[in-house]
Amino acid sequence: MQLHDVWFVLIAVLWTGYFFLEGFDFGIGIHTKLLARDRREKRVLINTIGPVWDGNEVWLISAAGATFAAFPDWYATLFSGFYLPLLLILVCLIVRGVAFEYRHKRSEEHWQRNWENAIFWASLLPALLWGVLFGNIVHGVKIDAHKEYVGSVLDLLNPYAILGGLLTLTLFTFHGAVFASLKTTGDIRQRARRMATVLGLLTAVPTVGFLGWTQADKGDGTSLIAMIVAVVALAAALGANKIGREGWAFAFSGITVVAAVAMLFLTLFPNVMPSTLNESWNLTVGNASSSPYTLKIITWCAGFATPLVMLYQGWTYWVFRKRIGTQHIADAH
Amino acid sequence: MELALAPETLARWQFGITTVYHFLFVPLTISLAALVAGLETAWVRTGKQKYLKATKFWGKLFLINIAMGVVTGIVQEFQFGMNWSAYSRFVGDVFGAPLAFEALIAFFFESTFIGLWIFGWDKLPKKIHCFCMWMVSIGTILSAYFILAANSWMQHPVGYKYNAANGRAELTDFWKVLTQDTTLVVVFHTLTAAFLTGAAFMVGIAAFHLMRKKHIKVMRTSLRLGLITLVISGILTAVSGDSLGKVMFKQQPMKMAAAEALWDKEEPAPFSVFAYGDVDKGHNSVAIEIPGLLSFLAHNDFTSPVPGINDVNKSEQQKFGPGDYRPNIPVAYWGFRWMIGFGMSSFAIGLAGLWLTRKKFWLAPGLRTGDEEPPLLALTKNKVLGARLSKWYWSLAFVTLGFPLIASSWGWIFTEMGRQPWVVYGVLRTSDAVSPGVSQGEVLTSMIVFTALYAVLAVVEVKLLVKYIKAGPQELTDSDLNPPTKIGGDSAYADRPMAFSY
Repeated sequence: MQLHDVWFVLIAVLWTGYFFLEGFDFGIGIHTKLLARDRREKRVLINTIGPVWDGNEVWLISAAGATFAAFPDWYATLFSGFYLPLLLILVCLIVRGVAFEYRHKRSEEHWQRNWENAIFWASLLPALLWGVLFGNIVHGVKIDAHKEYVGSVLDLLNPYAILGGLLTLTLFTFHGAVFASLKTTGDIRQRARRMATVLGLLTAVPTVGFLGWTQADKGDGTSLIAMIVAVVALAAALGANKIGREGWAFAFSGITVVAAVAMLFLTLFPNVMPSTLNESWNLTVGNASSSPYTLKIITWCAGFATPLVMLYQGWTYWVFRKRIGTQHIADAH
Repeated sequence: MELALAPETLARWQFGITTVYHFLFVPLTISLAALVAGLETAWVRTGKQKYLKATKFWGKLFLINIAMGVVTGIVQEFQFGMNWSAYSRFVGDVFGAPLAFEALIAFFFESTFIGLWIFGWDKLPKKIHCFCMWMVSIGTILSAYFILAANSWMQHPVGYKYNAANGRAELTDFWKVLTQDTTLVVVFHTLTAAFLTGAAFMVGIAAFHLMRKKHIKVMRTSLRLGLITLVISGILTAVSGDSLGKVMFKQQPMKMAAAEALWDKEEPAPFSVFAYGDVDKGHNSVAIEIPGLLSFLAHNDFTSPVPGINDVNKSEQQKFGPGDYRPNIPVAYWGFRWMIGFGMSSFAIGLAGLWLTRKKFWLAPGLRTGDEEPPLLALTKNKVLGARLSKWYWSLAFVTLGFPLIASSWGWIFTEMGRQPWVVYGVLRTSDAVSPGVSQGEVLTSMIVFTALYAVLAVVEVKLLVKYIKAGPQELTDSDLNPPTKIGGDSAYADRPMAFSY
């Protein structure tokens, strides 16, 4: 295994971590409209992710930074090629972050309502768009001999990629509902569980559809295993949720996310972005990666930093492990 | 019209707008994190309530700021790939490494511990809570260090070789990138300027409350802390700025010649205080100069020659082929002056404040009418006149609270535009760095979207800051004064409302 293969795995890990973590906090953002019945319940939901959403988002920043360092050509083609969707995601992430921090800072109703709407839309759109973008990455896009994306925005909106978008949207919303049932107490917890059942069944459609399509198109033995794990974990999450084992349900919905993302990266390897124009123009771990020296340097960094990050982020989740309910929300704001 | 809206021009404008905007929040974040951590440490050690009130007050302003700093920072990271893909391909091997370090080491630190700090008031014992703020502070400083190492490499590329086979720069010595003189002085200068910014902010707001005779205990402490920081960082900013200037004279003679609008070589070279020039003709029609000072700034003596813009342009043409290697001279010249002018006036105000609030100069106890009496600057023994003179100083400190922000913005504009036409000095031109596949319409869209969004957010942010500044420190509650004794919170308080919630 060469270093650029290691980095392919590491970047896959960073994206997987990102989707696992921000997946449920996108879901929580969506549930401020779907699940919460009043303002106080909205605040309960937002506060379940309050201490952690910022740390979750850094997984994306690290994934992007690591791609820049380990695979400059992948980074360049991906970011310049998907210009407008990424712009939309950026705007959402800006608005969303500011909305969390600023919503409660004034007590006027219109102020709070505007930021609440912002949280909903700025969670929903990226949850959908990330799937569309990854659908395109896996499927391949029009890349020319100079490693440049030469397609248009409309090329990105093909049925396969849209199905991918629906998968991430429903899966993250489901993952968020399970997280809400795990982190809240009282009435909202019961409703979160009921909603998780509905969402889980709804998620099954694009999961089977999109992953099945991926398997038929590019799959092999290992990707098939990942696909089976994803589908079985989804069923297990549904079951655990049904019998009220919320911790297990969350673990299983998380495994669904992990296995689905892993499957995408498995079908991608050794490409990082296939070209639909000519196979020899594919971006691969070999032709898109940095020099061995740079890879060595950042491997040291990642080897040292990643376990540490997992340790102190895990500690954060432990510090805030208690469930919260409407009684924990002060009347002010 | 075509040139004005060329994708390269638009991408440069967008980068300029988003970066300068981002950098309005960065220096305040860096310095306030450390100052808040210092105040919280004082609370933990002494148990004095004024320190806790100050921690919470400045902490709130810090949070309003860091929120914007974080979200606008993501734009920078994405922008390299989106707008400057050719640049990213060319330098990713070198430039990506410090960026990855920044994300993996600094950002995770910052973002995780900030969450613990915000929500941890009733979940963490106070020592651990305070420790979290120090972690945030270390995170902000590390982040500055890595990104400045990356930027310094663009100013003065070292530790790499050009690989002709795949047409890109490749890293050969990462240690050199992290420790070259450019990196070290730039980090020194940027950090000291950041503390200048936070200190002036703190002094201005404390002065505002003292002027209104509100929150006197907390604001008196804040004022002193701010003034001391302002003066120390002011001196260090000047010292580091001088070393940075000397490094730049060596490494980027064009930038410093442009900063002085020095057209032709002079020996000894004067420092220009004011110049009005005609760029096309290459001379200044009006100029006020201090003889020999530029020679001193460049070489530490008053007589050595300093090459001018035309000389450097000629030598760069010989080195890199025909072309115009002059940056925008008026921007470099005035940017340099505004940086120094605004930064140093802030320092002067701090120095005056520190002098005026010496023990002897705070109104003598005999003249006070009560313990909560606002301290006056004893410029005179006359109580009426003393109050008026004090008010002048408070007003002055208040209106200048943003001066270092203006200074650092111009500092960056000067640094980045003074390097043009190069994006990586002497190695890669800006015109060769843009994304070839991104259309004019796309860049125009994103530039309009970002500018509009940033404008709206600026209004929101300023309104919030004003609201919380005016409100001043809050009274402490029971839960503030009885911090938890164990991690995760005391179970006796399990159903108490959260000390902090969104």
